Amino acid sequence: MTENVIDVAGLTKKFGAKTVVDGFDMKVPKGSIYGFLGPNGSGKTTTIRMMCGLLKPDGGGGTALGYDIVTQSREIKARIGYMTQRFSLYEDLTVAENLAFVARLHEIDGLRGRVEAALDEYELRPRANQLAGQLSGGWKQRMSLAAASLHDPQLLLLDEPTAGVDPKARRDFWERIRDKADNGVSVLVSTHYMDEAVQCDYIAFIAYGRKLIDAAAADIPKEVGLRTWRIEGGNLHEVYKELSGAPGVDQVARFGAALHVSGRDIAALARAVEPFRADHEVMEAKTGMEEAFIYLMGGAEDNFK
Amino acid sequence: MSKGGQKIFSWSRVLAVLAKEFIQMRRDRLTFAMMVGIPIAQLVLFGYAINTDPRHLPTLVEMGDDGPATRALIHGMANSGYFDLQGVIGADGAGTALASGRTMFVVSIPPLFEEKLARGERPQVMLDIDASDPVAAGAGAVAMPGIVQQALKPYAAPGEAPVETVIHRRFNPAGRTAVNIVPGLLGVILTMTMVLITAIAITRETERGTLEALLTSPAQPVEVMIGKITPYVAVGFIQTGVMLTGARLLFNVPFLGNPLAFLAAVSLFILVNLSIGFLFSTMARTQMQAMQMTIFIFLPSILLSGFMFPFYGMPVWAQTIGQVLPTTHFIRAVRAVMLKGAGLGDVWANLWPLLVLLGAIATLALRRYRRTLD
Repeated sequence: MTENVIDVAGLTKKFGAKTVVDGFDMKVPKGSIYGFLGPNGSGKTTTIRMMCGLLKPDGGGGTALGYDIVTQSREIKARIGYMTQRFSLYEDLTVAENLAFVARLHEIDGLRGRVEAALDEYELRPRANQLAGQLSGGWKQRMSLAAASLHDPQLLLLDEPTAGVDPKARRDFWERIRDKADNGVSVLVSTHYMDEAVQCDYIAFIAYGRKLIDAAAADIPKEVGLRTWRIEGGNLHEVYKELSGAPGVDQVARFGAALHVSGRDIAALARAVEPFRADHEVMEAKTGMEEAFIYLMGGAEDNFK
Repeated sequence: MSKGGQKIFSWSRVLAVLAKEFIQMRRDRLTFAMMVGIPIAQLVLFGYAINTDPRHLPTLVEMGDDGPATRALIHGMANSGYFDLQGVIGADGAGTALASGRTMFVVSIPPLFEEKLARGERPQVMLDIDASDPVAAGAGAVAMPGIVQQALKPYAAPGEAPVETVIHRRFNPAGRTAVNIVPGLLGVILTMTMVLITAIAITRETERGTLEALLTSPAQPVEVMIGKITPYVAVGFIQTGVMLTGARLLFNVPFLGNPLAFLAAVSLFILVNLSIGFLFSTMARTQMQAMQMTIFIFLPSILLSGFMFPFYGMPVWAQTIGQVLPTTHFIRAVRAVMLKGAGLGDVWANLWPLLVLLGAIATLALRRYRRTLD
């Protein structure tokens, strides 16, 4: 039996008349990296806040690290590391001062040593005495991760940790996340980036407060149930226009010099691409994670209209 | 240059910015309220509420005698418009009544007044004045002898004064305004800095996103509040110390009363102001908004608390607003302690409203704070 560090069901949150999260279920197995995807405003942040006891759900409930998210939020807060979407450390304190402050809030034993160790582990030593406000995005993010991990939490909640960070820093960041997961730390990470979604063990996709899909990362394309054809050569711009919205075509996406035409109805999709065989190279392709996500995103956008 | 080249100056671009500015102005309710509300408030306050020639000031009578002449005298005082006769006190009650700020005047009719008057012995009528606010007390004091002569005319031989009117200016016999203003200034400065600093310090955490991190840490809201507010309590006491020293050295303002009563008033007042700042911080999203809200409490605190203008000179509605302001009660308490030598018992009348305000505001603020993220 696998142990779940997060096990919530039916989570619902309303802000006024607007239902921001609606009947959300999630199980995060221990030691896994769980990707939390969805467009802006889909309720990811609100869901994460409910999971760590920061917000009281209007409906549903569950546990985080075995503690009730409604009644035992203090226990949860003491055992999780939460990295907020916005940089949430003090810009007018130095890196070392910020870490020491967080360590004190958590009443960590051997405070000085723990901060020193974190400065080394996260390679923050050269910036230790610099004001946090003067750091670039990548450094800020690394410092935030250091702060969130200072008390050795068993569960990390990372809310869009890599937004606005350059690719090199993002890669470095994910390497650290992977290391943590290998050491038994569970990670729930929300992101916009597809290349990051691929790095996750499990993925949940949320849109408009509802969970659309939730599976092991490798199973996502299958779960979405899309078939894809690849079209190359000729005037793809025309093809794009003609196929968009054609019967059987759920989505047309451009991938470099090719079009990926996807749909859930196999027969209808085949009929739709048939006429283009004359002037173009048309072949069946494996539906990848990217098509799956573009498809889900497309559906999500419709939700907003 | 092409025909479609950019103009050096374009009215339509100006108009675009102008229209945008109006939209933003309308959306920013608080700024809008300030732009419209402050002129109106100032106009009303300065036009109606502020009266530097105050009339109908609270007056108590010490009745050593009673009779037609006494009643004629009291009637005359009431009709003059300067005095609002609110009741009778016993002998020796004048000191406490004036020190507590319950009344501004005590008129004393001596024993055997009627008899002496009838015999033409020119008895003394004494008017005790709380002169700590020289402006408020001035007009009544000046008018008193005339009112007395007029009221008792039937009892006097023509061309002779029937009684001797003695004016006794208490607490500030020289009528120095600095003596009155400096303690009031303490109230105003504490209001401004304490409310503003607290509101801004907490709003900054919301604005920068650091509050969320605090809330997800194991730290309890109460722990965060105590930790954040305590340094500012210290700042408040330092300000008080600086003001007191300055008042003594520069203006020679006396400190006659009980230091303990003073300390109680200052501590309570600082706490009330911090809780107001705290309350504002739960409503403001930005530091700018917090600052604007502070002005809404600061302005009435200056104008309606009795700091700048005599409290009893204001119309009833303005006095009612003034009664709700913590600064009003604090200024009264501090003036009583410093200038009138009041003790804890005397200022209790001004301390309990502060306690009530503290309880109400702090409760409201804490309840709002818990919902900060919701």
